[in-house]
Amino acid sequence: MRKQLCDALVARADDPSMVFLTGDLGFMALEALQTKMGPRFINAGVAEQNMISVAAAMARQGLDAWAYSIAPFCYARPFEQIRNDITFHRLPVRLIGNGGGYGYGVMGPTHHAIEDYGVLLTLPNMRVYAPVFDEDVGDVVARAGANTQSSYIRLGRGEPPAGYAVPAYAAWRQLISGEGPPVVVMGPIAGTYIDVVRALPESRRPNLWAVAELPLSLSPPPPALLDQIESSKHVLIVEEHVAQGGLAAAMSLYMLERGLYATVKHLCAQSHHFPRYGSQAYLREKSGLAPQALLGAIGSLN
Amino acid sequence: MPVTLNAARLSTIRGRLLRMHFESGVGHIGGNLSSIDALALIFHEFMGEGSRFVLSKGHSAGALYVALWSAGRLTDQDLTTFHRDDTLLAGHPPATGIADIMFATGSLGHGLSLAAGTALALRLKGEPGHIYCLMSDGEWQEGATWEALIFASHHALTNLTVLIDHNGLQGFGGTADVASMFPLHDRLKGFDVDVHVVQGHDLAAIRTALNANASKLKIVVLQTIKGKGVSFMENKMEWHYLPLKEADYLRALEEIDGS
Repeated sequence: MRKQLCDALVARADDPSMVFLTGDLGFMALEALQTKMGPRFINAGVAEQNMISVAAAMARQGLDAWAYSIAPFCYARPFEQIRNDITFHRLPVRLIGNGGGYGYGVMGPTHHAIEDYGVLLTLPNMRVYAPVFDEDVGDVVARAGANTQSSYIRLGRGEPPAGYAVPAYAAWRQLISGEGPPVVVMGPIAGTYIDVVRALPESRRPNLWAVAELPLSLSPPPPALLDQIESSKHVLIVEEHVAQGGLAAAMSLYMLERGLYATVKHLCAQSHHFPRYGSQAYLREKSGLAPQALLGAIGSLN
Repeated sequence: MPVTLNAARLSTIRGRLLRMHFESGVGHIGGNLSSIDALALIFHEFMGEGSRFVLSKGHSAGALYVALWSAGRLTDQDLTTFHRDDTLLAGHPPATGIADIMFATGSLGHGLSLAAGTALALRLKGEPGHIYCLMSDGEWQEGATWEALIFASHHALTNLTVLIDHNGLQGFGGTADVASMFPLHDRLKGFDVDVHVVQGHDLAAIRTALNANASKLKIVVLQTIKGKGVSFMENKMEWHYLPLKEADYLRALEEIDGS
């Protein structure tokens, strides 16, 4: 999604109030943005704490501040700077973390981001965007850029099957319809399930939903999904994130608070550390997030 | 701009600071007394059009509030709310509600980055105004502070002046004993910055350093005395924390008035 990100930001950079800060990352990805922005493109160096506070101060001066790094270096290293300097002051800094979930695969757990939005959503005034498809990035940049709140964009890579017609961006999208129970998936991993889900007979095929925004207080689940949960009494929630603080926890509370009682099954990132390293697909499989595991979980709902 | 600061006015300011802390039963007096001279000078004489201030050593909020009071930016009534319920004058600077305070600080190591970001933002916008940032000396043990120094130096932020309240005492010991960077000014000189070392209770010396032209980031190391002006507080670590008892307060006032 970095190419789409760069394209969207280049288009936005005509606005002279925009500033972009990177923690020394973006090689072979953000050069066009650097060229376009000149001194407003700031390589803040390998110093993420400073970068985040600088971005906060720039936003305080009315600039449209974006700060970019590999995801954990964007939210985990400078967490206190995000908390104190950005969110306590209700500043609309847009954080961009590349490589959400196990996106950095065999690079190892220091580079993974499987607790990012859970941690960040504990903060006030924070909004999370997890584009599902590459085509979503432009819309997400526009929405985060129009947001008066602080934003975190969790970038991954779009993974729809070849030839898939990506639906127009929305915080909640139903990708596939069926007569089975609803399956709700956060972020781009949803694309990896499209083929196996649509191959199921209609009577067992779930309603597959993709979620791109949190928290639920600002991007609530649509009535159609709640109706499906109500009628099936089951919902399967999938996310490349640890269980604590994730979508499933938020959805469960959301449902209970409204008297919507259903069995929640949850597939999620199982560990920061496995005995061996591997690709994003390998780590998803170890976490029970591979497409075949999804089919097993769907089967267990009935 | 408020009137030029002099020794008589500084005594009044010190007395008001002590009264505010006594009436509120609040500590952190030592570091307030070490920094109040520079703080008062900045708000009396240097906060011109477009200027901004960041208190990185947020535990000296009391001194900041009293400096703002002395410069006519807070009222006496405001100071009576210090540290009480439903106040804007918290133990550390608030995020909102006081126009002259841009950032809630208190966690050390944030202020220089915030000041640098503000300075660079003004430069990018082509706006005038100078940024002043007051730091503690212990705060230089925070790694983020060095990140900020590298950044501010690299960008040659001549619209930023950093002041360091170098009183030599921190939370649980002397800075030279806990994690020494002595002499701090020599460490700082290793970066491409203008370093001035001045006696931190000498108004003329501070004034001269702040007025000096700079072609790079300027850092003014204020050699100060924790608890300055009250003999039984000077260079005593306990006055980093202790609130004033009545007898202490009256004795301190006598010393301030007699100075």
